[in-house]
Amino acid sequence: MPNKKVLPPQTTLWGRITRYQIIIPLIALLLLVLVNLIADPTFFKITMKPNSNGDNILSGNIISIIDNGSELAILALGMTLVTAASGGQDISVGAGIAISGSVLLRVINGGDPRSETMQNPIILGILIACLVSMAFGAFNGALVAFLKIQPMVATLILFTAGRNIASWINNGELPIVKDESFGYFGNYIPGVPIPTPFIIAIICFIVMFLVMKFTTLGLYVQSVGINDKTSRLNGLNPELIKLMTYVILGLCVAIAGLIKVSRISTINYSVIAKDIEMDAILAVALGGNALSGGKFSLASSVLGAYVIQFLTTTLYKFEVKATALPAYKAVVVILLVVMSSPAVKEKFARLSKKFHKNEAAAGKA
Amino acid sequence: MLSMAKTDGAPKTASRKMTDTNLLMTITIVVFFVMYLCAIFFLGEGFRKPQTLFNILSTNSYLIILACGMSLVMITGGIDISVGGVTALVAMSCAVYLEESQGNVWLAMLIAVGIGLAFGLVQGFLIAYLKIQPFIVTLAGMFFARGMTTIVHTNPLNVSSNKDFVSLKDTRIPIPLLGTTNSKGKYIPAKIEIGVIVALVIVIVLFCFLKWSKTGRNFYAVGGNKQSALMLGINVQRTTFISYVICGLLAGIGGFVYFMHVGSGSPSHASGAEMNAIASSIIGGTMLTGGVGNIVGTLFGVLSLALIQNIVASLGLDQPWWTGITIAAMLCIFLVVQSIIISRRKKANLKKAKEG
Repeated sequence: MPNKKVLPPQTTLWGRITRYQIIIPLIALLLLVLVNLIADPTFFKITMKPNSNGDNILSGNIISIIDNGSELAILALGMTLVTAASGGQDISVGAGIAISGSVLLRVINGGDPRSETMQNPIILGILIACLVSMAFGAFNGALVAFLKIQPMVATLILFTAGRNIASWINNGELPIVKDESFGYFGNYIPGVPIPTPFIIAIICFIVMFLVMKFTTLGLYVQSVGINDKTSRLNGLNPELIKLMTYVILGLCVAIAGLIKVSRISTINYSVIAKDIEMDAILAVALGGNALSGGKFSLASSVLGAYVIQFLTTTLYKFEVKATALPAYKAVVVILLVVMSSPAVKEKFARLSKKFHKNEAAAGKA
Repeated sequence: MLSMAKTDGAPKTASRKMTDTNLLMTITIVVFFVMYLCAIFFLGEGFRKPQTLFNILSTNSYLIILACGMSLVMITGGIDISVGGVTALVAMSCAVYLEESQGNVWLAMLIAVGIGLAFGLVQGFLIAYLKIQPFIVTLAGMFFARGMTTIVHTNPLNVSSNKDFVSLKDTRIPIPLLGTTNSKGKYIPAKIEIGVIVALVIVIVLFCFLKWSKTGRNFYAVGGNKQSALMLGINVQRTTFISYVICGLLAGIGGFVYFMHVGSGSPSHASGAEMNAIASSIIGGTMLTGGVGNIVGTLFGVLSLALIQNIVASLGLDQPWWTGITIAAMLCIFLVVQSIIISRRKKANLKKAKEG
């Protein structure tokens, strides 16, 4: 059977396991956990400590991972849908975070960067930031869906302009929100020991999961991603579905922007969420989703996002400088994608088949 | 066979219509000249001097080289976003080698080309033979190059003590007949940097390579349709591999040209160069879907991009954000125009196919 690529179901346990998509990020996670266990078992210690406000909060490496990885996880949700539907990636999410953060700060401070009190309620700021971000998402989506421009190229426009637009919105000023309650979204709500970003990420995931469970959006996205011509023949509207995924990603970007801005109560246009688009795409790839569209798994992507954060924290633990971090990340990524590349997989499959054949022959003899 | 019709080497149709490649390139060139003429008429002064154009060329010679490599890869249907990182790594490595160990300039050039070639070989192998998505591989390449830059040397490093290099850096080639006389009546000849010559030579060589060599034609065939290229007996894997190797090589050369221009190494050098290179290629008429593109168009893509930055600066929009916004707007307009032209042409082709 030279052309049979799919292993028959009765083959080894390994063959059965590897058909689940979530296995790729899980293996990566296990490897990281193992490395950390060997290097330093205290890595996983979680303690309860009072913070500067006197509230008891959880602290430890694991907590910092689920805290700092949350923006990435939220972005990964939207990015997975975009990737699945349009077979391309949005590289403007970092710039989008800058824009939505800038809008949020402008609305809350009412245009006065040094305002002592909040001029508008936070919820109004969040709503407007979400709307603006979704509008930019729709712009990207329209370019991709209706003008048939490749996603990476279409989003290159906002990638170039985004941070500039963000600083334009506030006239180059860096507004600071003095009110304490604004910091709750990026840090801790008094009395809750779990970091708020993680709670927000969980809520986002549950909402998205329910949407996938109780609507046909997931199925539609998948079928458009696999073949948009046949989906049209089946009565779907591929353009509208693609546009919708970009708008959803816009919403995710706004939420991630809220967390990012809330963490420091201010914004730095050129630094905020820098290179996060690369990490978000990586999370999707690490989650085993095909970057060329089609089948997808949200849970795998979210796990992929946290694995990336796990890797970052681990590297910090080994005293890698923040600026040198990308080099190590790159090596890990290359190793992962090489392992999961079809050519290498095929070779492995052939090797194991040979091995089994030999074993069988030996058993017969 | 539709993909073969895209390449301009295919038998000319009876109507002798312009091919996509030439059409998109012509638009870019026309836009560039219109913009330049407008600048001369409405902004005057600076733009009337030929030296302004030469300055644009000198500053962007590295970008021309990077964009050429990018165009090659994009014609075969891939992408390489590691070129900016490789540029920074080359500049930093050469700076460390020349400044801290007082190395030889020629060996530094060899280092530059070597680094670029190494990136090209590894990325090309992973993409062509292991069939990993180019975006992911070159993304990792970019991360790796940026990280390595800070590992080689953490802080910005200026090369000032190496006499050979400083004299090479300060060499200017005078252009006859195009100088200007200043207010005191003194004649100032127009000058360009060595990098411009390197860039123009590369443009000419690549233009000939793509137009007349067998491998060059294969690039278009592979980018247009991998399946039919394979059926025509083209070694698709090797062609893809070669395109990435050339792109890496050019990134190395571009890195050295950049290094000659700035004379220092820094982790923040050439940040965003990959996106500028992609944008220039697109403005120059290369399509990311592959199979369509032209090196001369790319040259004018880079020049248009640089020109619009100069125009924005001299219009008095001095807030830093205007440059980015205008470039994005320009990119947006070009993309929309391209997409409309291509879709109209496709429809016309379909109609013709139905009739005939």
